[in-house]
Amino acid sequence: MSHASLDTVDNAAKTPDVEQPWKELGLKEDEYARVREILGRRPTGAELAMYSVMWSEHCSYKSSKVHLRQFGAKVPKNDAMLVGIGENAGVVDVGEGYAVTFKVESHNHPSYVEPYQGAATGVGGIVRDIIAMGARPVAVVDPLRMGAADHPDTKRVLPGVVAGIGGYGNSLGLPNIGGELVFDACYQGNPLVNAGAIGVMRHEDIHLAKASGSGNKIILYGARTGGDGIGGASILASETFDATKPSKRPAVQVGDPFQEKLLIECTLEAFAEKLVVGIQDLGAAGLSCATSELASNGSGGMRVELDDVPLRDSTLSPEEILMSESQERMCAVVEEAKVERFLAICEKWDVIATVVGEVTDGDRLEIFWHGEKIVDVDPRTVAHEGPVYERPYARPDWQDALQADDAARLPRPADAQELRAQVLKLVSSPNQASKAWVTDQYDRFVQGNTVLAQPEDTGMVRINEETGLGVALANDGNGRFAKLDPYTGAQLALAEAYRNVAASGARPLAVSDCLNFGSPEDPAVMWQFAEAVRGIADGCLQLGTPVTGGNVSLYNQTGEAAIHPTPVVSVLGVIDDVARRTPMAFAEDGQLLYLLGDTREEFGGSAWSQAIHDHLGGLPPAVDLDREKLLGEILVSASRDGMIDAAHDLSDGGLIQAVTESCLRGGNGARLIVPDGLDAFTFLFSESAGRAVVSVPRSEEMRFTDMCKVRGLPATRIGVVDGDVIEVQGEFTLPLEELRSVHEGAIPALFA
Amino acid sequence: MTARIGVVTFPGTLDDRDALRAARIAGAEPVALWHRDKDLKQVDAVVLAGGFSYGDYLRAGAIARFSPVMEQVIEQAKAGMPVLGICNGFQVLTETHLLPGAMLRNNHLHFVCKDQRLGVENAGTAWTADFAAGQEIHIPLKNIDGRYVADEHTLDELESEGRVAFRYLDGNPNGSLRDIAGVTNAAGNVVGLMPHPEHAVEPLIGTGGTDGLGFFTSILKKLVSAA
Repeated sequence: MSHASLDTVDNAAKTPDVEQPWKELGLKEDEYARVREILGRRPTGAELAMYSVMWSEHCSYKSSKVHLRQFGAKVPKNDAMLVGIGENAGVVDVGEGYAVTFKVESHNHPSYVEPYQGAATGVGGIVRDIIAMGARPVAVVDPLRMGAADHPDTKRVLPGVVAGIGGYGNSLGLPNIGGELVFDACYQGNPLVNAGAIGVMRHEDIHLAKASGSGNKIILYGARTGGDGIGGASILASETFDATKPSKRPAVQVGDPFQEKLLIECTLEAFAEKLVVGIQDLGAAGLSCATSELASNGSGGMRVELDDVPLRDSTLSPEEILMSESQERMCAVVEEAKVERFLAICEKWDVIATVVGEVTDGDRLEIFWHGEKIVDVDPRTVAHEGPVYERPYARPDWQDALQADDAARLPRPADAQELRAQVLKLVSSPNQASKAWVTDQYDRFVQGNTVLAQPEDTGMVRINEETGLGVALANDGNGRFAKLDPYTGAQLALAEAYRNVAASGARPLAVSDCLNFGSPEDPAVMWQFAEAVRGIADGCLQLGTPVTGGNVSLYNQTGEAAIHPTPVVSVLGVIDDVARRTPMAFAEDGQLLYLLGDTREEFGGSAWSQAIHDHLGGLPPAVDLDREKLLGEILVSASRDGMIDAAHDLSDGGLIQAVTESCLRGGNGARLIVPDGLDAFTFLFSESAGRAVVSVPRSEEMRFTDMCKVRGLPATRIGVVDGDVIEVQGEFTLPLEELRSVHEGAIPALFA
Repeated sequence: MTARIGVVTFPGTLDDRDALRAARIAGAEPVALWHRDKDLKQVDAVVLAGGFSYGDYLRAGAIARFSPVMEQVIEQAKAGMPVLGICNGFQVLTETHLLPGAMLRNNHLHFVCKDQRLGVENAGTAWTADFAAGQEIHIPLKNIDGRYVADEHTLDELESEGRVAFRYLDGNPNGSLRDIAGVTNAAGNVVGLMPHPEHAVEPLIGTGGTDGLGFFTSILKKLVSAA
């Protein structure tokens, strides 16, 4: 192939023996053979580009698909689901005619290469997914995992990632209402940057990615297409072009949040005027993905004139235009009569918009360049009928030894003084310390609907000013638990997010997940993946919260060393009136503290075992999802009926971590009494699941404890909100100011 | 009888809906203004809201200052119409020279979002009459280019004329000279500040405080009593 002789469909049919760079583009030999079989000839260069990116692991889910099918098979009975798995993002009914869409995606690899732009474009991509459903984005979240806090490279990656998320999200006017930041050496060469977004729309405004209606126009709008983010660009360039072209292109895209803000506003205005038949954002695989998915989902075919695509770099080849991942672009299907109005709205917002094609009667996706046909494919074979692998998986041989290395054997504090010292060490350890240094770099107030945001464990935004209807979102994951037992670890992540949502007073409704794992070609990793998916699917069935969609990130691995299996689970909740939300702060002196649930000696994978002993072994805490459901119901009822004024779930760091956070947030101390049957150490540090601590006004005590008793939930009075110290009676006293200084000072000391 | 408060939307403005809501909650009639319009739709006062107008890729507020709508805003502000510039709006007002000084990147180079305690130093402006001089209020702060600077002579003049409207308390969040958070013009009709009063108008929302409402009730009372 050369620039002079364009590789047209006719040419491909005539020259079956031309060597093609399928291997360099990431296709396997049998995949390339299948492309030839599907087409009945060799693919053109442009077709090869499309198939190779669309059949990549990232776009096709070819390794994970066989397992992800469980999310569709194990669906709990739930009337809330309006749009399920397979679309850009799932949509659930939250009442009053409103629908909510939410999704979390990974941008792990680019964020390691170029932390600022990698993280920034991660936010950009997830927000476009949300607007492509017809929704106005109302909040973003960012679960992060970094290498060791004291490793020099973490000082490169984390500040860049945080600045990128802030720089992009803050410029879009979206409040950042939650996230996570976890440090662990296993993420040193593979930090995880997950970005999530929530969008709100009326039921009738739900839009889908499909091209229907012969004669309807395909409009590409937003940024011009450049040479950034082309997968395998160097190969294409070396095969196809001469040396005068720009060759080395950054694999990471560069974000322009201003352009994205304009895209949001102009897209929503076009939706409001009912100008759009179908819509798709351009993310991974760019135009290849958008055109093939739109055509595949719709009825009829599509014809695209690639010459009409506005370019930043006029020397781009058609293959490069199809593969470019330039940011801030969208593709809309618009009836011919409404094209003029659509273009006028784009002009109003200074957004470039161009008709690049139309829906046809046929069933082919045809793409033309300089008048010649360079793509002629059945779009389904590109977008939806890619390869599916049944990768071998096997429980790793080291799993037994890991589980046998029980954390119960770790030395415990010998006396009250050591117990006190360990509390201070725990709450100031990087994973348990305040993340305000990070979250204060994000705008959490914009849009004026933020009810709860960091440091609350659950973000909450109001979506109807008249009625107070709101939605809540919590994201949780614990790679240490999942490493010890991926099935249980995934369920613990689900249970924690579910519990966090309920603790805020919202009713858990639906689930999304972002599944971060190592290489699927390693049977041990594939086993972890299969187990985690099974855990989430079984858990969602039991909790009655359907999985509405998700994202898989594989190959988070450096050499032989994979990251901990890290399923991050997001639970969306709904609350009828945000005025009834439950914050975490112990704000009222004299209120009673109750511990809900059962506390057992469970330290495997705990924050204590990490912060004090740098240990990972044993079994994670046991999961009882029926108990989680009951606890959730109690927390939601207590919120609705005004029986509690504060609630905090218990998870990593145990009771003392939760009490410390709630005390510091409220500016009040607490006097705690170790309950009968528990030792002080287990009381403070155990990470048994299915627990929360609540602050109960004295006037509500009888009503609250009666409710717990009737419903069968253990509720133990453990103390009172009081003073300016945390005192564990008979053990130790810690002044709040000392706790605040170490808890809030740790992260700035490392990164500021 | 109420007053019409206009809120300008430039491309990249982010807090326009919030400012419109705050005006409505205070009892005013909120009016959306578009950057390309030369007509101010008979509003009685204008709010330039926060955000990153035109992306702020050049210098915060530098391009917005040349928007068609700003011709009228500048002209009418000079004739006495009340104008409040919040964050990016404050930056736009300094670019137009309706207010003195300029904003640089925060001294710590990070975006900062926090609940900020402010001292009200001038309760005589169109936008601060509902406060008392010396009153302490809580208003959310969020910006990356928030470091207020001016030459020493200008700063001395602002101080001596009582035109420092707000000062940061509990430590300086961005390196602003003399802890200045907001200033007013000599006539008291044009006020700019970096913190966001429109984010502090409802209990439960944001930080849960309502000190920001005072800006909007101040202007409303002034406009209604003048009518």
